Order: sequence, then C-alpha cells, then structure tokens
Amino acid sequence: MSQYDRFTSDVLIVGAGLAGERAAIEAATQGLNVIILSLVPPRRSHSSAAQGGMQAALGNSAMGKGDSPDIHFADTVKGSDWGCDQDVARLFAEMAPVAMRQMAYWGVPWSRVVPGKRIYDGVDIHEDPEKEGLIAARNFGGTAKWRTCYTADGTGHTVLYTMDSVVIKLGITVHDRTEVLSLIHDGERCSGVVARCLRTGNLRVYTAKSTVIATGGYGRLYGASTNAIINEGSGMFVALETGVVPLGNMEAVQFHPTGIVPTWILITEGARGDGGYLLDKDHHRFMPDYEPKKKELASRDVVSRRIMQHIRKGYGVESPYGAHVWLDIRHLGEKHINTNLREIANICRNFAGVDPVHDLIPVRPTQHYSMGGIRTNIDGMAYGLTGLFSLGEAACWDMHGFNRLGGNSLAETVVAGMLIGDKIAKYTKEASLNVSSALIEEHVRFQEDRIQSLIECRNGKENVYQLRREMETILSENVGIFRSEEPLQKAVAQLHELHQRSCQVGLRSGGKGADPELASALRITGMIKLAYCIAAGALARKESRGSHFREDYPKRDDENWLKRTLAYWPVGADRPELDYEPVKITELPPGDRGYGEASTGAASANR
Amino acid sequence: MSQRQLTFHIFRYNPETPNQKPATQTFVLQEETGMTLFIALNKIREEQDSTLKFDFVCRAGICGSCGMLINGKPTLACRTLTKDLPTDITLMPLPVFKLLGDLSVDTGTWFRDMSLRTEAWVHTEKTFDPDAQEERMSNETALHIYEAERCIECGCCIGGCATANIKPNFIGAAGVNRVARFMLDPRDERDEQEYFDVVGSEDGIFGCIGLMACDDNCPVGIPLQGQLAYVRRKMALAGWKR
Ligand SMILES: Cc1cc2nc3c(=O)[nH]c(=O)nc-3n(C[C@H](O)[C@H](O)[C@H](O)COP(=O)(O)OP(=O)(O)OC[C@H]3O[C@@H](n4cnc5c(N)ncnc54)[C@H](O)[C@@H]3O)c2cc1C
Ligand code: SF4
Ligand code: SF4
Ligand code: FES
Repeated sequence: MSQYDRFTSDVLIVGAGLAGERAAIEAATQGLNVIILSLVPPRRSHSSAAQGGMQAALGNSAMGKGDSPDIHFADTVKGSDWGCDQDVARLFAEMAPVAMRQMAYWGVPWSRVVPGKRIYDGVDIHEDPEKEGLIAARNFGGTAKWRTCYTADGTGHTVLYTMDSVVIKLGITVHDRTEVLSLIHDGERCSGVVARCLRTGNLRVYTAKSTVIATGGYGRLYGASTNAIINEGSGMFVALETGVVPLGNMEAVQFHPTGIVPTWILITEGARGDGGYLLDKDHHRFMPDYEPKKKELASRDVVSRRIMQHIRKGYGVESPYGAHVWLDIRHLGEKHINTNLREIANICRNFAGVDPVHDLIPVRPTQHYSMGGIRTNIDGMAYGLTGLFSLGEAACWDMHGFNRLGGNSLAETVVAGMLIGDKIAKYTKEASLNVSSALIEEHVRFQEDRIQSLIECRNGKENVYQLRREMETILSENVGIFRSEEPLQKAVAQLHELHQRSCQVGLRSGGKGADPELASALRITGMIKLAYCIAAGALARKESRGSHFREDYPKRDDENWLKRTLAYWPVGADRPELDYEPVKITELPPGDRGYGEASTGAASANR
Repeated sequence: MSQRQLTFHIFRYNPETPNQKPATQTFVLQEETGMTLFIALNKIREEQDSTLKFDFVCRAGICGSCGMLINGKPTLACRTLTKDLPTDITLMPLPVFKLLGDLSVDTGTWFRDMSLRTEAWVHTEKTFDPDAQEERMSNETALHIYEAERCIECGCCIGGCATANIKPNFIGAAGVNRVARFMLDPRDERDEQEYFDVVGSEDGIFGCIGLMACDDNCPVGIPLQGQLAYVRRKMALAGWKR
C-alpha cells in the first residue's frame, strides 16, 4: 500500500481563479461539501491580473444606451468568426447582467455612472442623471455598444478578491500549493484526482462525486505570453491524458500585438489609440506601408500579423530575447504620457527600465488567450467521462469560437460559474461516490513510479528546462500568428520527437520534497502534448478563421470548416487524433463580421 | 549599456532537511539589458541550481507573490530591475511568514487567517434579487473603496513591521487596511462595536507603534498611514463608548 493523505468531498474544484471559485460558491450554497485545489493562494490566480473589464449588457452608460443581450450575443458570435455554439453565447449574454449585479451585491466596487458631460476621443458624451450611481461601462473593441464593466484599472483584482471573500465567508475548504497530476477514472467515470503537495512533495488523493477543472489557460506553452507563469495548461492535459476526453479547437490561440520585451507584460491598446507609432530597426514607421488606412489602429490580429511579417523581412531589432519592434510614444509629450498613459509608463519603467518620455519601448506580438480547452456541453460536462466538468479559460464551452472578444472572458468565468455551478450541484446531489481502492491505488502507483524514475534518471538524462525552451521555440516560430503548411509540418515533426524525448527526462536536483525541478518535469510531457494538439489542429485546418490565420488559405471556408476540432490522445499513443463536430448555429447564419479585413478573418479587441 | 557581472547572495534553507543549517549561497550571473530579478532568479535555477525555491506568478507586479528582502528592503522581486541594484545583491525571504524553503514564504495562509479573523467580507442582512437593478453607489465611494482594496497581499508591510516581527498574531497594516476597506463600504452593515471586536485589540489597531515602516514599503502605494489613523480614530471612539 502506498502512503498518501486522502480527502473526500461531494465536489472537487481544481482551480481557484474566478471560474473555479464561482462554481464552488454555487455548489456550497446548495448544501454540498466542496474542496478547492490551487497551485497558489486563490488571490494570486491569473484572474487577478485582468485590468480591462467584463462585458454585460446593462446599458447604463450613455454610449451603451439601448444595449441588450441580443446585441451582446451578435457581437460575440461575430467576434468568434461563427466558430462558437450559439446556444451557449445566447445563454451567456442573457445571464451576464445578473452576474455583474450579484458581484456588486457581494462587494465589487464597480466604477459607477457619473452624470454630466465629458469629451472622449473628440466626442461629447452626456451621462444620463437618471442613471447616476449605476454600474458604468467602458469602451472595448469589437462591440457595438460600450458594455465593459470595470473597477478603475483593477477589475480582475477586485472581482477575484470579492469572490474569494465569499469563499472564505462560506467556509469552503481551499488547499493551496497543491498540484493535480492526474484524474482518477475507469474510462467512463471520473472519481477524483491524484495531486502533489507543493509544500512537502507528498502525493495526495482527492475523491469526489464530481470533479471540476477550472485551471485557466495554457499561455506558457508559448514562452512569450502575457499570462501568469502558472498558466501551463495542466488541467487540460490531465483531461487529455485520460484518452477519452477531447480538447476543442486547440489551434485557436489569440495574440496581442504589444507585449513588452522581455517580460511580455501587456501594453494596452491605449498607447496606439492615443497616437503611438510602431517603428522598425531603422526607426521607420512601417504600419502605413501595410495598412494605409488604419495604420497602427487596425484590429489587433491584423497589427500582430503585420509586425511579424515585417520582422520576418529582416526589419526587426535584434535582442537577446529575439527580434522585436519599437513602440514610440515620445511625441505625445511628457505631460500626456505621465497622466493619460500612466500605467503604461509605470510598466515601462518598472519592467523594461525604459522611460517612454525619452526612450522607445520594445514590443512584440505575444500569446494572450486560449480559446481552446476541455470540450464540454452547454451544462459544462466534459465529453467522455461522467462526473467531470470544466469551465473558464480551461474549457471550450464554447462561446468564443476562434476569437474571444475583449471583456468576454472574465464575464464568462462568472456567468459559467453561476450556471455550470448549478448544474454541478444538481448532478452531484443525484450522484454517488463508489470508487474502488484498487483503482485509486493503480493511479497513485503510476505517479509514484513516474516520480521515482525521474529521480533515478531511469529513462535518461534529458534536461526539462532545455525541452521546455525547445517547445516554446517550436510553437513561437511555426505555430504563431502566421501559419502555413511547411512550418506547421515542421512543428508537428519536431513536437513528435520532443514528446518522445520528454519521456527521457532525468533530474539533476535529486527531487527531494517540494523540489521545483521535479514539478516542472512532471508537467513537461503533458505540455508538449498540448503543443502537439495545437500544431496538429492548425496543420489540418486549411482555412483562416478568427485568430487562426493560414497564409496559404487566407479565406474563411464555411463549406468545409464550419466545424470544431476535437483532439484526443489515446492512452499509450505517440500522437493526437483529430475528429470534428459541427458548431451549433441557432440564430445568426454565417456572414461578414463587418469590421477589419473580413475576408482574412480579422479579429477585434482581445484584451 | 555596459554589462556587469552580478553576485547574488541568496538565503538557502530546506525544511525537508532540518539538520542542514540555513546558509547563504553565492551565484554569479552576467547582467542583461532589462533584466529583472524574475529573469535573474529563473536563470540561476535553470542553469546553476535547480533546487532553488522562490515564488512568482504574474511577474507583473500585480499578484503579490514575490515579496522578499532585497538588500534588506522588503519589496517585489518581479519589478526590481538589476540595473537599479549594486553588483552585490542579497536576497532573503520575508520574515514573519512561515518559511517554505529558500526565498519562498507562506503568505497565503497568513492572509487567509487574517481575512477570517477580521471577517473580511461584506456583512449584510439583505438578499440578492436577480431581477432587480443594482443598488446605486456614488463613483466617489467606489473609488474610495478601491483605493483600500488595491492591496495585493504581498506582505511587504508585514515583513518590515517591528510589531509583526515580535507579535505573531498582529494583523499588521495590511490587516488594518482590509478592515478600513469594509468600514468604508456602505454595503457592510457592521457597526463600530462589531468592528471593535475584530480590530480593537493589541493584535489589531492598538498593537501598532506608528513608526510607519509599512507605509514606506508598500509597493502599490496604499496610504497606510492614513488608513491606520482612520481605523485608530474610529476604534478609540468605539472603545470610549463601551
Ligand atoms: C494580462 C491579461 C489581461 C487580461 N484582461 C482581461 C480583461 O480585461 N477582460 C477579460 O475578460 N479577460 C481578460 N483576460 C483573460 C482573463 O483574465 C482570463 O481568461 C480569466 O481570468 C481566466 O480565469 P479562470 O478562472 O478560468 O482561470 P485562472 O484565473 O487562470 O485560474 C486558474 C486556477 O487554476 C489553478 N491551477 C492550474 N493548474 C492547476 C493544477 N494542476 N492543480 C491545481 N490547481 C491548478 C491555479 O492555481 C488557479 O487558481 C486577460 C488576460 C491576461 C493575460
Ligand atoms: S506603523 Fe504600525 S503597522 Fe506600520 S510598520 Fe509600524 S507598527 Fe507596523
Ligand atoms: S498593504 Fe501594501 S505592502 Fe502591505 S500587503 Fe498590501 S500591498 Fe503589500
Ligand atoms: S510575481 Fe506577481 S507581484 Fe511579483
């Protein structure tokens, strides 16, 4: 018998970001016993980093007047480039206002409507005195109305802190510094997880009637990402590794044009919106050459593509962190920079050591959001295993299709947490927990054996950090903003080889206790599997849709590709298997997105 | 930019091997343009000693994970540029918090406990009506609450606080600020006496000796001095009324 601590609950939630915590609250208030697991204390989760805001059609602000769930729905579907399930988008748009109001009730200090007149971008805006004190909204790209609710520059922070305060109030058990390594299942039903304590390194078993994966995105597969460094997609690969749960649309990866080099922290669009330029290594402003009309303010995926195109032609600035371009806001003047663009100026000073009043800012398009994830139905139930649910960025629910609209992701976490949390509660009340100790033992032993062979270097001495860097490079170079047959084939071949090498990792550190190298080594194979699914899905999809842009197939092809990719990884296989399913179209037939280079799948804001 | 050679003196201790005494280990690294301590520490771990423990999550100064003593000053490692430091850099874990190993401390448990003890959530008798419009609030009030709510729980104010260093249950400036956040919030229906029960003690506001190290150390610039004064005033009054 192996030695491990064992915990049992009705509902086990993996992930303490907004999605996981909101679902936990729903289940707990319906009387269920809930345990939440997280790599880090809940308030450190990536959700806290979102600054922009969350969309809900409240219609309180002057520029949001007349907004409704119908318009929000239409924006979401267009934004997704018709890749989403419309019944999900509809449900989401209808519920978002309720979710925001509930967050207000729980304590979020939303910015509120201030009556009176102000000027924005040369336009006079008169806020209605009748609406004074209601939740305000700001502008985000890709939306017909202003509907993004926010709290100053700390939306994610305030919403997550409020959410977590409710978790604390309800007395929900949270085990932080705990990492899930695998799901306990028999091929049909999921009964919990095997996890590792990141304080001691000990293995633990958690069993539950329902298991919920809310582990966020996989940004860190691409070395250059705006995501927190814990966003390594582990929830997705533990589901994939069951062999029966598919991941949806993994090739749909969103990039933001201006991540600061070399820390890849997001520099918001405000810099370009206020008149910032992009310059190449010769200090030539190149955007007008490509996009004479919109220049730097073309939609985000278009700007990202142009920057990379220019770098590829040899006009990038070389640096130890790869080629980049410059963002120049010096001409806006010290006063403007230190007042209107204060946050940007702070980031530049604190993280890149440059003062944008006098210096150029090094930027490059950077991975930003994962539209793909664990494929679920509209109730949040994962395909393939009963008792397994998923939501938030880890899931492909799927309301984002091939391009998420700015502000729709935070809103999704809370809305899905509320709706799917309720489904989880209903399911759990009817379910029973019967899992054999032999099955648990088998899953624990498998992990023990993995750990032991890493420590003993039984299968080889491959260096985990080296493999990781190679994976990052393969993805960034070949499965980035521009995609085409040859690089994608190369990526698939290289990832194939890398996957095999990842089975030969050996530790240099000895792997005692909570050893950080062991933690990385336990993740690497799964991460490479995700990278493989992204590359294979992108190679197969011979069209351009949303963020997926194929230079060799620059048009959206509804005839052949109005469908979702499902990637499976059968147990013991050395590559993923792809399957497809139709997307659900209930209200809005495929059409023109009405902005950007519609034919090339241009996207909109994606903060 | 001239590239310097940096010498890091890093505190090492592994609770798994308690027989081994805490020690300082030296690492040498070539400085690079735009290098932050996040980049430097990862380089050291990946290239020199893969057992080194430290905590980063957002690496953007937002999540509060990476507080440590950098040449003696409690601050965020992710937004510290090496170019602003001398060539000799000493890194120590934050005091007060439980040490998990090397530079990693358990701020999460400390802050959760503080939240529980101060009951840091909105207390209200009202119930949520999903069909009703939200309750109104002036934007000024909202911004006021946000000002206090900006704390990222990094623990820098606690690590540098004389009282917190000798009194294990002292909630520190972060704790007092958290209470102030709810006092300011009209949605919270607690009265002064109820607040007195959670902060009107030597482990709460009356434990503070007012030297303001916390205010100097807060990396997000929360006006802790003002918050301490605000809560102290309210609680002194509430104490009178008892
Ligand atoms: C810089 C930036 C700005 C953004 N701004 C906006 C914005 O303004 N508006 C918007 O709508 N969206 C924004 N987004 C996107 C949005 O922040 C995320 O999509 C959203 O927060 C995801 O929430 P989540 O709950 O799904 O996951 P997360 O908040 O990422 O939480 C994941 C949780 O899972 C845990 N976890 C992960 N793996 C494991 C494991 N193996 N075992 C145990 N626990 C695990 C983690 O500890 C964490 O608690 C932004 C993203 C970035 C990168
Ligand atoms: S002023 Fe009070 S809380 Fe701040 S450091 Fe001094 S004793 Fe600590
Ligand atoms: S008050 Fe400031 S220093 Fe203290 S924990 Fe909060 S953010 Fe950190
Ligand atoms: S890593 Fe988040 S504040 Fe430093």
